[in-house]
Amino acid sequence: MTLNTNLKNILLVIFATLILSACSTGKKSKLEGDVYTGKETVKYLASGVPDRVFFATNKSSLTTASRATLRKQATFLRKNKKLNVTIEGHADERGTREYNLALGERRANAARDYLMTYGISGKRISVISYGKEKPVNPASSPLAWSQNRRSVTVKVN
Amino acid sequence: MKRIILFFLLFFFNVKILYALIEVDITRGNLDPLPIAISPLHVDIKSVEYEGLKVKQLGSDISSIIEKNFKNTGLFNPLKKEAFVQKPDIAHLKPRFEDWRLIKAQALVTGKLLVKDGKLKVEFRLWDLTAAKEMTALAFTTTPSNWRRVAHIISDKIYERLTGEEGYFDTRIIYVSESGPKSERVKKLAIMDQDGANTKYLTLGNELVLTPRFNPTNQMVTYLSYFRNMPRVYLLDIETGMQEVVGNFPGMTFAPRFSPDGKKIIMSFAEEGNSDIYTMDLETRVVERITNHSSIDTSPSFSPDGKYIAFNSDRSGLQQLYVMRSDGSNVKRITFGKGIYGTPVWSPRGDLIAFTKMRKGRFYIGVMRTDGSGERLLTENFYQEAPSWSPNGRVLVFYRETKAGSKGEGFSASLWSIDITGYNERKLSTKTDASDPSWSSLLSK
Repeated sequence: MTLNTNLKNILLVIFATLILSACSTGKKSKLEGDVYTGKETVKYLASGVPDRVFFATNKSSLTTASRATLRKQATFLRKNKKLNVTIEGHADERGTREYNLALGERRANAARDYLMTYGISGKRISVISYGKEKPVNPASSPLAWSQNRRSVTVKVN
Repeated sequence: MKRIILFFLLFFFNVKILYALIEVDITRGNLDPLPIAISPLHVDIKSVEYEGLKVKQLGSDISSIIEKNFKNTGLFNPLKKEAFVQKPDIAHLKPRFEDWRLIKAQALVTGKLLVKDGKLKVEFRLWDLTAAKEMTALAFTTTPSNWRRVAHIISDKIYERLTGEEGYFDTRIIYVSESGPKSERVKKLAIMDQDGANTKYLTLGNELVLTPRFNPTNQMVTYLSYFRNMPRVYLLDIETGMQEVVGNFPGMTFAPRFSPDGKKIIMSFAEEGNSDIYTMDLETRVVERITNHSSIDTSPSFSPDGKYIAFNSDRSGLQQLYVMRSDGSNVKRITFGKGIYGTPVWSPRGDLIAFTKMRKGRFYIGVMRTDGSGERLLTENFYQEAPSWSPNGRVLVFYRETKAGSKGEGFSASLWSIDITGYNERKLSTKTDASDPSWSSLLSK
């Protein structure tokens, strides 16, 4: 019995340590899953309107945070009716070049489609994919890769 | 680019079939390469000077190229010239076989050349030293400026005679030359001889260019260019420099390749976030849609008989390889292994598909049978992809990138080759960083 209780206590301690360490790494790395949530590389279309959203590896689905960013972009575009934009889709360096070109295009279109559901005309939004060709962070690290998996809304006029 | 004109006056002597004792098995890794002596070609004293050419050295220059070609195959061990026992002219007439056997050579290449009247006349002989017999001989005439190609053509003939397979030395590799920091790479199309000589740049680096591929029937190239910031598939004639955009697509076209007869281009077209595979007939300009699926379908490659297409698709969730009939029917998934797969490329022999595999953060180049069975991973690295076949289907060339530090330092891209046996992995020498290689077919075929 005592042996069992001891074991239980040890397991509890290990469990607690694991939870704590998981929390601390989560804060440091600015990643949710492997989606970048920090602001280091972000630029702004206007005050409070981030220009980019980030994606998980091999994915083009929009996170809750990405949707919020894109709604801000939509509001901004509604206010600036003459402004047209290009959405650049990018991938990290950990895929084949050709697949990444397609993936970048899919990510840019995911952002474009979302802007369109918020009333922005598709005619105002062009897309281009750069695949893995234009990393914003040139490092070969999970953080850099997460910052490079992005779509960036760029003013064209 | 200057048109390369080559006149060959070929005449074989000794066409009778010889039963040689030496042969080189190239179907498995060769750990015991064949010792071969490549004598400098004898330069005929009647030779005259030719514009900018060191005629007196030409014999040893040609034999050095042959030697390097053979060394690079991993199948042969060219012996040191200091040990050679006979003068080139005398050996070429009739070698003293027992003397050459003393230095452990099993095969001997001899030859002579004459530069006169603006022409280069070359002949060579391949001797089986064990059987004390001539195995093959060939003579031809060309313009002296083609002397490097002469060396490659001789290499091909010897390789063919000793291995029973077509050679791959008189070929070129087109690739993307890279320079500048990782986040602002300047990329140009470049072409070089298979051995790294004669590098030429085909674009200036003003726009991003990617994935050049040779037409297997001529010296045309298809590639992706971001000219005017519109990513489109282009066609380039490397002899005239003429370029044109392929088709009139309202969005990005990419991942181009020629059909085996050289008459069509197969590629992906991305529209509204979805990439599908299309072909365009270069003569009739007729465009056909081959796949119609909401997933990403890309990296298409025809089988050499033109009946099938291999491609990669993420329709199952992640990238896997598929094979279908060339009209898009009968799509079959062929990869079910752990990991994800890309860039399937059908071997020119038709028996294998080369691919890139990604698993647990590592990248592999491998080959498998065309139904997906018999997967063999040839090489593992931090990042490598985009295999391209030598025209005889025995060697793959691909590119590799190194891991970069926190500011992008330490990053490089380079071309590598490996035999499909998994042996003889080798870095190719290029003037700059390099990626996206494509191997031409034999130029003299």
